[in-house]
Amino acid sequence: MNPLAGVVAFVAVSAVTVGIGAFGLRISRTTGDFYVASRSVRPLANASAIGGEYLSAASFLGVAGLVLTRGADSLWYPVGWTAGYLVLLVFVAAPLRRSGAYTLPDFAQLRVESTRARAVSSVLVVMIGVLYLVPQLQGAGLTLRTLTGAPPWVGEVTVALVVLLIVASGGMRSITLVQAFQYWLKLVALLLPVCFLLVSWRRHAVPAAGRLEVADWVEPLSGPHALYLTYSLILATFLGTMGLPHVVVRFYTNRDGRAARRTTVAVLALLSCFYLLPPLYGVLGRVYAFDLVASGRSDSVVLELPSRILGGTGGDLLTALLGAGAFAAFLSTSSGLVVSIGGVVSQDLLSRRLDGVLAFRVASSLGALVTLGLTLASSGLAVAHAVELAFAVAASTFCPLLLLGIWWRGLTAAGAVAGLVAGGTLSTTAVLMTMFGAAPPGWPGAVLAQPALVTVPVGFAVMAGVSLLTRRPVQVSRTMVRLHTPEHLPLDRGSYHPEARREGTGPPEVADRV
Amino acid sequence: MTDSPTARRVRVSSPRAGTGRPRPPSVSSEIDAQTELGEVYVRSLVRSQLLLAVQVTLALGLSVGMLPVLFAVVPASRTARVAGLPLPWLLLGVVVYPCLVALGWVYVRRAERNERAFTELVDRR
Repeated sequence: MNPLAGVVAFVAVSAVTVGIGAFGLRISRTTGDFYVASRSVRPLANASAIGGEYLSAASFLGVAGLVLTRGADSLWYPVGWTAGYLVLLVFVAAPLRRSGAYTLPDFAQLRVESTRARAVSSVLVVMIGVLYLVPQLQGAGLTLRTLTGAPPWVGEVTVALVVLLIVASGGMRSITLVQAFQYWLKLVALLLPVCFLLVSWRRHAVPAAGRLEVADWVEPLSGPHALYLTYSLILATFLGTMGLPHVVVRFYTNRDGRAARRTTVAVLALLSCFYLLPPLYGVLGRVYAFDLVASGRSDSVVLELPSRILGGTGGDLLTALLGAGAFAAFLSTSSGLVVSIGGVVSQDLLSRRLDGVLAFRVASSLGALVTLGLTLASSGLAVAHAVELAFAVAASTFCPLLLLGIWWRGLTAAGAVAGLVAGGTLSTTAVLMTMFGAAPPGWPGAVLAQPALVTVPVGFAVMAGVSLLTRRPVQVSRTMVRLHTPEHLPLDRGSYHPEARREGTGPPEVADRV
Repeated sequence: MTDSPTARRVRVSSPRAGTGRPRPPSVSSEIDAQTELGEVYVRSLVRSQLLLAVQVTLALGLSVGMLPVLFAVVPASRTARVAGLPLPWLLLGVVVYPCLVALGWVYVRRAERNERAFTELVDRR
């Protein structure tokens, strides 16, 4: 493989991304712009941006690698990541937009009227964000190594720096444009090469095609505890999507609750188109790149295939395109995560000392650099698992908070805090034990590897149980009106506004200074 | 369309109409004052939307969600082939996605219908 192709792909994607980001700088004016693009984003652009942000390294590279090694059972990952948006659509999309919350901590504070619930939510946002961000940076290191032979830290550091540059300069508005572009880049980058590869596969008979008939690969439910693991994965992905901080922050960019629903259906369609493609790479990899399984590099199968099947300049060009798509995946998901971590940290920790935009810049820089440090330090650990564990933590904490908070008047501050702490503690314990290889064999190991089927019910039960024993928030009726009634009806929805939270300062207008 | 924010309904009435008996308070003022009647209106909206969400989730759970049970209970479904492709791959790799989009589309239409009904209720008086 020609290393030049990889370098060109990476530089091109970074340059276009920073370029669109710099364009966005001129239209970012207020704190609201920085966090949520001032709600002026159109539905298809917004749906593309959500899709672009959501399709991470795990989707672009990881799914094909999983299909290559594990076969039919791993098809549940993309199905779950898409179905999660359906569950989010029916239970959360419109009410969350109507709540007016920028972030999950905003929602917690609005609904249960407690700064303690807000603080616990903020800690969880940072935890889930970092858990999701580390594998993105690691994927970048792996990709650059596959493409150019550079050591992994080069890719990790570069992606972290490019993300910092985009986020700290433009905020959410430029991020929206960048991510809408990156969805389409990722789709084309997977679609075009696979057409060439499939045609070539059909033309030339390959003796290794027999590997597609191996029973425990082609049939679902292979291996021990398969039914438990499958259902736990289904629960984590179906319910975890709504609790991912970078997904939630996107809903405020819709005009109103109705637009939020329509945008989400468009997202479902865009994700459905995309997820048809990665399994094809996994199947082709089974035929042409089976040695990657033995050498533990199955995640790079997407990038390896063009040079193995086609070779020559054509192969190099397609590899460059795939590399560009992969970098788009790291950049978009990482910048979305850094924005949401930065938003939470700056609002909750720095806003008393610094003004809005500056606090946001400092907080996102801190978030990106700390995560980079963690990534470099954890290079020996099995963090490929981290993305699905992030889903499990989100499903055990923010999913109960959102579902009970939106649909049940009985949720109280004490209940919310207790549920978040219980679900969060259990799921992160499982995460840490799995990541550090301390999980025992047999059933306990299976539960720790896919904890959602245990920890999600616990999160719900604790949150509901403690709520039943404590007093409801004073404004809960007003909040229900706010969450569920269409915006155009002239009703009293209470006075909560995320930017007016800090007493005395009012909405931080910082126009004409950016 | 009736749900446009600008096309608010204008009540045309005789100047003497309001002088006889006192007019009942509007639904929106009942909701704002959190009277029992206002609460009933809001609760009925929330209940109808929750019912719809649960229905869609059940549809999801009973179709896509039952696939692992199908594979476990009917071993033949694991090895069956449709048009030369293994059935599980066809279902999980292709068929699931249009179903998810269709469920989402049906949900949006019915959720908007619930909201229109609520809007008409509030605007009526």
